[in-house]
Amino acid sequence: MSGGSYYVPDQSRFPIFMALSLFLLVMGASSTINNLDDPASNSVYILYFGFACLFLTMFFWFRQVIKEHLAGLDSNQLKQSYVYGMAWFIFSEVMFFAAFFGALFYVRALAVPWLAGEGSKGAAITAIELWPAFESSWPVMTTPDQGNEFDLAKKSMAWPGWSKALQWLPMWNTIVLLSSSWTVHLAHLGLKKGNRRKFNVYLGITVFLALIFVGLQALEYYEAYAHYGLKLNSGIYGSTFFMLTGFHGFHVMMGGFMLAIMLARSVFAGHFEQHDHFGFEAASWYWHFVDVVWLMLFIFVYIL
Amino acid sequence: MSAVIENHHDEHDHGPAKGITRWLYTTNHKDIGTLYLWFSFAMFLIGGAMAMVIRAELFQPGMQIVEPEFYNQMITLHGLIMIFGGVMPAFVGLANWLVPMMIGAPDMALPRMNNLSFWILPFAFFILLSSLFMEGGAPNFGWTFYAPLSTTYAPPSVTFFIFSVHIMGASSIMGAINVVVTIMNMRAPGVTLMKMPLFVWSWLITAYLLIAVMPVLAGAVTMMLMDIHFGTSFFNAAGGGDPVLFQHIFWFFGHPEVYIMILPAFGIVSHIIETFSRKQLFGYSSMVWAMLSIAILSFVVWAHHMFTVGLPLAAEIFFMWATMLIAVPTGVKVFNWVATMFRGSLTFETPMLFAVAFVVLFTIGGLSGLMLAIVPADFQYHDTYFVVAHFHYVLVPGAIFSIMAAVYYWIPKWSGNMYDERLGKLHFWLSFVGVNVTFFPQHFIGLAGMPRRYPDYALIFADWNMVSSVGAFLFGFSQLLFLFIVIKTVMGGKKATDQVWEGAKGLEWTVASPAPYHTFSTPPKID
Ligand code: HEM
Ligand SMILES: [Cu+2]
Repeated sequence: MSGGSYYVPDQSRFPIFMALSLFLLVMGASSTINNLDDPASNSVYILYFGFACLFLTMFFWFRQVIKEHLAGLDSNQLKQSYVYGMAWFIFSEVMFFAAFFGALFYVRALAVPWLAGEGSKGAAITAIELWPAFESSWPVMTTPDQGNEFDLAKKSMAWPGWSKALQWLPMWNTIVLLSSSWTVHLAHLGLKKGNRRKFNVYLGITVFLALIFVGLQALEYYEAYAHYGLKLNSGIYGSTFFMLTGFHGFHVMMGGFMLAIMLARSVFAGHFEQHDHFGFEAASWYWHFVDVVWLMLFIFVYIL
Repeated sequence: MSAVIENHHDEHDHGPAKGITRWLYTTNHKDIGTLYLWFSFAMFLIGGAMAMVIRAELFQPGMQIVEPEFYNQMITLHGLIMIFGGVMPAFVGLANWLVPMMIGAPDMALPRMNNLSFWILPFAFFILLSSLFMEGGAPNFGWTFYAPLSTTYAPPSVTFFIFSVHIMGASSIMGAINVVVTIMNMRAPGVTLMKMPLFVWSWLITAYLLIAVMPVLAGAVTMMLMDIHFGTSFFNAAGGGDPVLFQHIFWFFGHPEVYIMILPAFGIVSHIIETFSRKQLFGYSSMVWAMLSIAILSFVVWAHHMFTVGLPLAAEIFFMWATMLIAVPTGVKVFNWVATMFRGSLTFETPMLFAVAFVVLFTIGGLSGLMLAIVPADFQYHDTYFVVAHFHYVLVPGAIFSIMAAVYYWIPKWSGNMYDERLGKLHFWLSFVGVNVTFFPQHFIGLAGMPRRYPDYALIFADWNMVSSVGAFLFGFSQLLFLFIVIKTVMGGKKATDQVWEGAKGLEWTVASPAPYHTFSTPPKID
């Protein structure tokens, strides 16, 4: 740094390429979704192309950041900025999930009972006249209106009782994810002691557990669709169930992918020092965050 | 690209790059601030043109100029463009220009992400505007996009709208993270929290609000998308959901959003009033506490937008009182501004004119807000022009006047040239008269029961609507004068001194005018 102790980066092409990729991605996504019934539509290729561009841009962007870091260009101040930046990013993710949890609490505590005519407000709305047979319960397996846009489920994902606890996938998912949070922590401890082998092994186990989780989650969705008849369009229970677990699963994939990259960087390029490894730390924070979200899901979506 | 590392060392002593790539690839907070401000100006003009269409249609009762369907698209896009394209980017642009200079930082904390936050916006608004040309037309459900209007009954372009909101939100979140990190991490030694200029404080709080609520908006549009295309029932009572749930989620975002659009204005006005009163600002720390309490309270008042949906009585009462509570810190701020001016050596250059008008007219908007907060009264006022008058008073002579004041106040620092004071004053008076003639009568027609969002109205409302339209045209066309003044100043004019204003305090006034491309390469000394 000539002149002073402050870091000022050069011009960069990455941001505008990323903006352009996002543009392609969302244009592709919108027109694909709008043309779902039209088999002749090609919009999905715009979506793929946008996604590929985004992926490539991020790859080269992060590569650049890592290179600068390894070349010793990052001041301590900049490193601290990354730390704060990641923390606030995770906070924004928390709020994203908060919206879906809020929706879940609202329908469970208020909307469904009111639709069944409970409470002073329930008595006042027209639901009882429209749908007198609807009764409030959770998980609610039916819908107020039995129109054919809904596929009613035969069975829910709720807690099956202690006798069947071991065949219950969410239990295994919880075990898998909680242990992965533990192993990623062990990896971190290893790194802090300068024990690269321990770091690599435990990080490898974490990534493996992430894959298992995603696999089990896919299995659970398969069961839901194929055997339980529980679908996105099974009414509000299906909506909240799939959106909450779906977004969580998507975040597990992202977090697992980040950790896999960190593993590759450590194994193949020997990155990360005992006292300088924020790239890994950020990914592990993210992983713990995903884990906490799962605990909330486990309690409020599956158990209660 | 790999060459970057090698020649990194000597690069940043140079000025800006030449040509268009300066703007495309820039990581400089001043360039990015300029981009944001010009973008916002362009959106302001486009959104303004839509307002002209609306007021032209409402000039007389009956249908004259546009189809009702197109009218709905105009009110929707007008609101969305002014909020997300006009006011918010203008404040982000000001933050970019000012926050690093005010805290003695060389630049924003994450300069490349800064560029990304900006360049997402033109794409997002291209998508939004292009929906005008799509089959079924642009979004027509109002800027609040209530379900089921925006789900079951929406035009196909709603999908594009949803994704455009998604990337706008991503841009806002990244911009806000950048501001928070800059303020937390980049202050020069000695700039303690309670010594930070109020504009910086206001943006710290705003950024926190943004990071907290933009993801909630993303959640809301995601649920819409799923309801429309993938069969979920979030906002569909037939499937066990509730359209009112949409309103809860939307306003959980929406109310903090209105404070996102006013807190930076509070910061700006505090600076300007302090300078032109040639006095210490009255009650600095109470200003900070007032903004903090406004921000916290703003999370627990959202249902005052929903008094008529049939909330349980306890909820109506809770949200009524919580809303009224916000008037207390707001009152503290107004009191402090007035107390700062009290016995000051006041002069009324253009920024000060806008700032004083802000204090008076924003207070009118706050008072009508207080009326709306009274549940039984709101049953009468809700969805009438009274609400339109309320939020335009807080947003136009509130947020937008503060932005104009900021431009006049800091443009000598940005461009090195003084603006034309005579033209500036003319612009102020035209805007001041225009705004009041447009929006004050809307209180009357609102109280008399004229509903909002209709292209036609009963004959009894005719006179005041005509007055309102005349005011709107006056206000609208005066802004072309603003454009002219800004361009003229950027092109040349009387050279500005470093301090520019006699009473101006703060780090940004210690550097040259125009501010050098890289302001501080070492931390400045603060005492
Ligand atoms: C003392 C402070 C304020 C109070 C008590 C207040 C109260 C209210 C209430 C009760 C409503 C709902 C009216 C209805 O729909 O029936 C409302 C609407 C609105 N307010 Fe305020 N407000 C205040 C300040 C502000 C500020 C500072 C802004 C923005 C800068 C703002 C922007 C809005 C907007 C945009 C709407 C209408 C949204 C819509 O329905 O389209 N308000 N306000
Ligand atoms: Cu509000």
